[in-house]
Amino acid sequence: MITVRLTVNGQPRTATVEPRRLLSDLLRHDLGLTGTHVGCEHGVCGACTILWDGQAVRSCLALAGQAEGAAITTVEGLSPADGSLSVLQQAFRDAHALQCGYCTPGMLATLTEFLAETPDPTEDQLRHALSGNLCRCTGYQHIVDAALLAAKRLREARP
Amino acid sequence: MKPAPFDWHVPDSLDAALALKAALGEEARFIAGGQSLIPAMNFRMAQPAALIDLSRLPALAGITTEPDGGLTIGAMTRHRTVEHHPHPLLSEAMAEVAHPQIRARGTLGGNLAHADPASEMPAVMLALDASFDLRRAGGTRRLPAADFFLAPLTTALEPDEMLAAIRIPPLPPGTGTAFLELARRQGDYAMMGVAVVLTRAADRVASARLAFLSAGPTPMLAPRAAAALVGAGPDAFADAAETAAQEIDPMGSVQASIPYQRHLARVLARRALALAWGRAA
Repeated sequence: MITVRLTVNGQPRTATVEPRRLLSDLLRHDLGLTGTHVGCEHGVCGACTILWDGQAVRSCLALAGQAEGAAITTVEGLSPADGSLSVLQQAFRDAHALQCGYCTPGMLATLTEFLAETPDPTEDQLRHALSGNLCRCTGYQHIVDAALLAAKRLREARP
Repeated sequence: MKPAPFDWHVPDSLDAALALKAALGEEARFIAGGQSLIPAMNFRMAQPAALIDLSRLPALAGITTEPDGGLTIGAMTRHRTVEHHPHPLLSEAMAEVAHPQIRARGTLGGNLAHADPASEMPAVMLALDASFDLRRAGGTRRLPAADFFLAPLTTALEPDEMLAAIRIPPLPPGTGTAFLELARRQGDYAMMGVAVVLTRAADRVASARLAFLSAGPTPMLAPRAAAALVGAGPDAFADAAETAAQEIDPMGSVQASIPYQRHLARVLARRALALAWGRAA
């Protein structure tokens, strides 16, 4: 067993796990953060995408031990502390960007990083950015719409 | 919990990592970003008895520009870092490696040591005539990339060796590069891909290197096509591309038959040569 110390959604957390524990399972099973969804578990579907030191990564392709000292943000940490929705989450709601919702936490993680880096994306850039996140419900159009809406709102909110 | 059990080692120095590998041998694997190894372990196609984590060894990460203009890239340098480097071929090809989420964790050294013949970077290394520093406790040997890749997922690394650094020679003046691949979706394995490094002397080709991915059991150079280009101009590109398409050894897949892969190689090589020629101007 190994002891892993990391920061999750701003809180210091510790877990004692087998070395083979995946980061996705550490988040879900050991820390109870089931907002991170597990789809393919081999890095293709993107459902388990989280932010690791601000970068979107696959939590199913990281071992818990590799995350020692990392700052992780899951979907639970994307919304403001008062429980309201983030600008991106509100845009997903307004633009009907989710149906079953399984891919949504990964989509939000990917787009959170992408929109921070690319505040005024073209649709083509957005579709490239989303290429590592599979959605089987929406056909992606409403997700792209939501991301463009969120980008616009975030730009307008900037001083 | 998908991977089979293993022992977990986190050495705090390069010497400690090499000593561990020497002691544990073939049953132990170094883990860099884990973006190829962990999926293989999740499928239990790989069941190493021990993993040696290299992520606490900052000496293995980073890109250094040498006095001659060449680059030395530490094996643990993340794909994203390489992607943002101004080197024209490295940055162009890296944008095609998997997805941004994979490139945030994946490392150049891990990718090369994995030696997937469908991967972009091994072919890019052949095109650039890179060489690799293979380290073991007490010594380092330098091997040309062309001698490193032996078979699918098989390299010249001995059980006690680590791919520690990648050495990229400077591009001579008048050199243009290009990388093209075709995949069914962005980020998927390419059905065919090619990296070209072409040096111009006025309206003639002074030298050229073409290297293909998804074109055989290893990344494949096309030496006959390259030789035919020397002293020629753009009117020779179509014939050289045809030669290259016959030189490679594609294995076919459910997505692309061997004749279709050769067709793609011909088209992509012709386009990449023209691109590199234009960029060399």
